[in-house]
Amino acid sequence: MAVSVKIPTQLREATGGESTAEVDGSTVGEVLDSLYERYGELRSRIAEDGGLRRFVNVYVGGEDIRFLDGLDTAVEDGDEVTILPAVAGG
Amino acid sequence: MPPESLRCKECKTTYPLDARYVCERCFGPLEVAYASRADRDPAELKRRIQAGPHSLWRYGDFLPVQTPPRGTLPAGLTPLLRADQLAERLGLREVWIKNDAANPTHSFKDRVVSIALARARELGFETIACASTGNLANAVAAHAAAAGLESYVFVPHDLEEQKILATGVYGTNLVAVRGNYDDVNRLCTELSGEHEWAFVNINMRPYYAEGSKTLAFETAEQLGFELPDRVVVPIASGSLFTKIARGFEEWIELGLLEGTLPTFNGAQATGCSPVASAFEAGHEVCRPVKPDTIAKSLAIGNPADGPYALDLARRTGGSIDSVSDDEIREGIRLLAQTTGIFTETAGGVTVAVLAKLAARGDIDPSERVVAYITGEGLKTLDCARGMFETWEIEPSLSSFEAARERVVVPA
Repeated sequence: MAVSVKIPTQLREATGGESTAEVDGSTVGEVLDSLYERYGELRSRIAEDGGLRRFVNVYVGGEDIRFLDGLDTAVEDGDEVTILPAVAGG
Repeated sequence: MPPESLRCKECKTTYPLDARYVCERCFGPLEVAYASRADRDPAELKRRIQAGPHSLWRYGDFLPVQTPPRGTLPAGLTPLLRADQLAERLGLREVWIKNDAANPTHSFKDRVVSIALARARELGFETIACASTGNLANAVAAHAAAAGLESYVFVPHDLEEQKILATGVYGTNLVAVRGNYDDVNRLCTELSGEHEWAFVNINMRPYYAEGSKTLAFETAEQLGFELPDRVVVPIASGSLFTKIARGFEEWIELGLLEGTLPTFNGAQATGCSPVASAFEAGHEVCRPVKPDTIAKSLAIGNPADGPYALDLARRTGGSIDSVSDDEIREGIRLLAQTTGIFTETAGGVTVAVLAKLAARGDIDPSERVVAYITGEGLKTLDCARGMFETWEIEPSLSSFEAARERVVVPA
């Protein structure tokens, strides 16, 4: 499954300036693993103990994955996964 | 004691004082760090405060702005009122109401916007923006107009009409987003990476949040440089709750106040209570929720400062409680009928939680309690509907007396 991942500005230094990445995977977890394989530095910045750091939000088609199945959320060809900081708003 | 850097609350990495809010190493939130000020004489600091302007800029020594601006809408120095009838009704002795509806756009958001906008101008921004549940929208639109800046305001499409009208009138670019606040916030977080705008509660959030400290400073100054024993504060993102604590802590560290941090009680609506639920369950992080409450100004299902709010309530021996929509309406009515202050739904949440704590016996009658009323009742008028009966009469004495006999003096 080819999925488009949107990279927030704060992480673009680790992706050589790229704002989106096309990667494969059938779940959000697999998609993120593919992303870490391509951009090794991303893992330490947003992942922790096999999960996500607590101030990282991930969305599939605009929906927070915590309302879906978390990292096990299934993704389909053409889905858009968005990574964003969780510290905004209020 | 000038601001020194932005510092990650999690990993302590420091950054220059520009428009950023996220640690690039760990994604933690950034906050303003100040140069050491242990050598400052508290008496001199107090004199500087007391000689300052009649607005929150009297606390400029503790805020992340180089030069307090002139000519903008003066926010702050709102009344702190002793509420004896309310205290009596609740079986308490000393209750104070900090009425922050008495700000230029009638909510505490004038404080945070004042700081964010002042810093945005210092950094050279010409456009300011925000994601808002309504009160912030009012404040950003008004302060941008006063400063002659362009603004963009993003709100959920189903906001109370009063808040929409009281925003659009200032001539902002008002964008109603088909989604809830958390959708608006996500969109704006993405937008902040694409436009050179100062989003007050996103890329300017470290400065913005500092504005809430002034609620602690004012409370302490108005109590004669003394601390309350307990505070009751509404929680949406948790920023206000944690920054009031930060304000008290800074003044304790500087020797301006003696004692320890008050007990912190957070207030949420049951229909959007991710922080109260995590508190009750003993969790350190909040699970996001889809809000469904009349308290729209508190309807943040994904609270950024949730973990810090939980920690604060626990380490001060407080709690985070939630109340139903009916209890919120009753809170609005109780405050109005015992103090003459008509608050919006967020204030109803605060008063209802205060009443709940009192009924539960959590508050010792000897305590000095301060409840923070953050917004104005005229912005959520619909909530007052059905609270009372109007008697309609003919314009004659007999019609009035007959109605009075029927309504006021039941047989």
